[in-house]
Amino acid sequence: MGSNPVTWLGSPVFPKAAKAALADTQLRRNLRKATHTIRDKRAKAVAELPDWEQLRRAGEAIKDDVLSNLDTYLERIEAAVTARGGIVHWALDAHEANEIVLRLAREAGTDEVVKVKSMATAEIGLNEALEAGGIRAVETDLAELIVQLGNDRPSHILVPAIHRNRSEIKEIFQREMAEKPASDEPRDLAEAARRHLRRKFLLARVAVSGANFGVADTGSIVVVESEGNGRMCLTLPEVLITVMGIEKLVPTWRDLEVFLQLLPRSSTAERMNPYTSVWTGVTPGDGPQQFHLVLLDNGRTDALADRVGRQALRCIRCSACLNVCPVYERTGGQAYGSVYPGPIGAILSPQLVNDMHDKQAASLPYASSLCGACYEVCPVRINIPEVLVHLRAEAVEAKGRTPESVGMAALGWIFNDARRYENAQKVGSLARHLAPSGRISSLPWPGSKWTSARDVPTPPAESFRTWWRKNRG
Amino acid sequence: MPAPRVGLFATCLTDTFYPSTARAVLRLLERLGCDVDFPMDQTCCGQMHYNTGYREEARSLASKYAGVFAGYDAIVAPSGSCGGMVREIHPELHGSSDAFARTYELSEFLVDVLGVTDVGAYFPHRVTYHPTCHSLRMLGVGDKPLQLLRSVRGLDLVELPEAETCCGFGGTFAVKNADTSTAMLGDKMRCVLNTGAEVLCAGDNSCLMHIGGGLSRLRTGVRTVHLAEILASTEEEPWAATP
Repeated sequence: MGSNPVTWLGSPVFPKAAKAALADTQLRRNLRKATHTIRDKRAKAVAELPDWEQLRRAGEAIKDDVLSNLDTYLERIEAAVTARGGIVHWALDAHEANEIVLRLAREAGTDEVVKVKSMATAEIGLNEALEAGGIRAVETDLAELIVQLGNDRPSHILVPAIHRNRSEIKEIFQREMAEKPASDEPRDLAEAARRHLRRKFLLARVAVSGANFGVADTGSIVVVESEGNGRMCLTLPEVLITVMGIEKLVPTWRDLEVFLQLLPRSSTAERMNPYTSVWTGVTPGDGPQQFHLVLLDNGRTDALADRVGRQALRCIRCSACLNVCPVYERTGGQAYGSVYPGPIGAILSPQLVNDMHDKQAASLPYASSLCGACYEVCPVRINIPEVLVHLRAEAVEAKGRTPESVGMAALGWIFNDARRYENAQKVGSLARHLAPSGRISSLPWPGSKWTSARDVPTPPAESFRTWWRKNRG
Repeated sequence: MPAPRVGLFATCLTDTFYPSTARAVLRLLERLGCDVDFPMDQTCCGQMHYNTGYREEARSLASKYAGVFAGYDAIVAPSGSCGGMVREIHPELHGSSDAFARTYELSEFLVDVLGVTDVGAYFPHRVTYHPTCHSLRMLGVGDKPLQLLRSVRGLDLVELPEAETCCGFGGTFAVKNADTSTAMLGDKMRCVLNTGAEVLCAGDNSCLMHIGGGLSRLRTGVRTVHLAEILASTEEEPWAATP
């Protein structure tokens, strides 16, 4: 078994990937426009609700209850789904989950499955695993379709093709579709996608989905979406296979009330999403006649064991944190080297990989200025900066002795004693003689990382404490 | 009522690189009737260590802070970032302490504790204000700095577009992810320059060092001035650039 496919094999560390992305002017323009639009819309949608803060707290509390009693709720949903004619499978990791889905698709005798947009199946690399097993997975979410047809990688949780503008999308469709789009007008692009997908829906015998929520009490699975393509997948085929992360549970039907307000306003800035599909096991004569629920761990129980890090498992994949993040806005999602980009990705991906010796994963918690905009908008109050700092400490520990750790220890030693600190100030102050102009524009490494774009103030002749000692001491 | 006994926490950056800011806080608080002390044993709050993943060094500095600043009515720092570190993170590292709970960022102390917004300042310049992330989101200072600036005589306050977006400093982020940090800085500078202001004001010298370092590199002619220095400036003793 290989490493966890949540991060893409061979991805460079974040600073290196970011440097390349920052130079892509089209990407910068597309992202700036898209993130600012959705950011402003979200702020308006959220401001409409006077009880938004209470909703956030309720969402946090419900998810925390689920996480601290996960074993109970998981057994409950297994019993409920089974009682309603569904079949529950347990997958420890990506490999097991992929094997289960591949086997089920083969048993159904198909060589093509239609897919509802799903982060869990992206996380485990299901499409690639199915393809290796001779089964084609067709993405039916418009943005996922753009990514798939463009042989591209996703860059956003909700809008995986956010890095593409409409003329780029038109080019992809013209290259890949039998019926070409008439123009790059959104209407024509949507029409081309519709014609392309209708054929797939009507022929499909197996659909694969993820889940936004699973209700433990009733065994009901919930998928929310905007396009209705998910609804087609969830109702037309004979066999439905749902891959759901074990943290997606809510205890009761009533708890959905909280999340069906939090999620659409946070993610698409809508009061209510256009399509909310709910199904419970199998209903004879209506919809899929075979339902499989694959419960996926893939690193989640390891994250659950971490007192600080476990709050990342509250995430409902709304992407509000991506849309407000000043780092994400400039680098885009692919720089994070994972299906989970942005602030949530920076805390979730390293935890799912669960190996801080992995340099790429260990670089992700540093991909933030800790400005806190993500925490402010998170609908389930994940304190992302807190987890980032927590994971940085793990990364430091894994790295052991480095020039940085030696420097930090030395600085700690100086700061621990005011006399040593003042002596260091006096030595540093001599640097002012090197730059009589009042600014330093070039320093040797690692200071060069700063002076590449910024001057440094020259130290003053006397520090405040020296002044105080002379005048007030 | 006796004058409140205030411990000035200068922060290591301001103490070392921007002594004029610490002197401004001193002048301002004394003008407002505080009894200000600078305990010489203070050094650094440990934020850089903590945020970079060096928890033990930060813990030891949190404990040092609790000892150094014990017994003051209030501790005032000219920094939302260091103030946030002390009030929000130190208790988690060291356990609770009055010294942490009584620590205020300058604008909080003026508006909430002393209850003043007009501090008698005079600063005849066109100024734009950048709300630093930690003052905004960790401490929640809201528009207190703006209330103070609006009461400064002669000051022409212009609104900064996209003000609440991070400038890209982020402590060691600025060197560990220098390219992304610079991209953020570029956008912040564009917003500052678009205001036509001659002075960019903020409550944190760390962010000002970053934005100011960029503004200086490009010879924009825009200067950064800490909030404390604007508030300390009066007609009798106007602010002057320190060499």
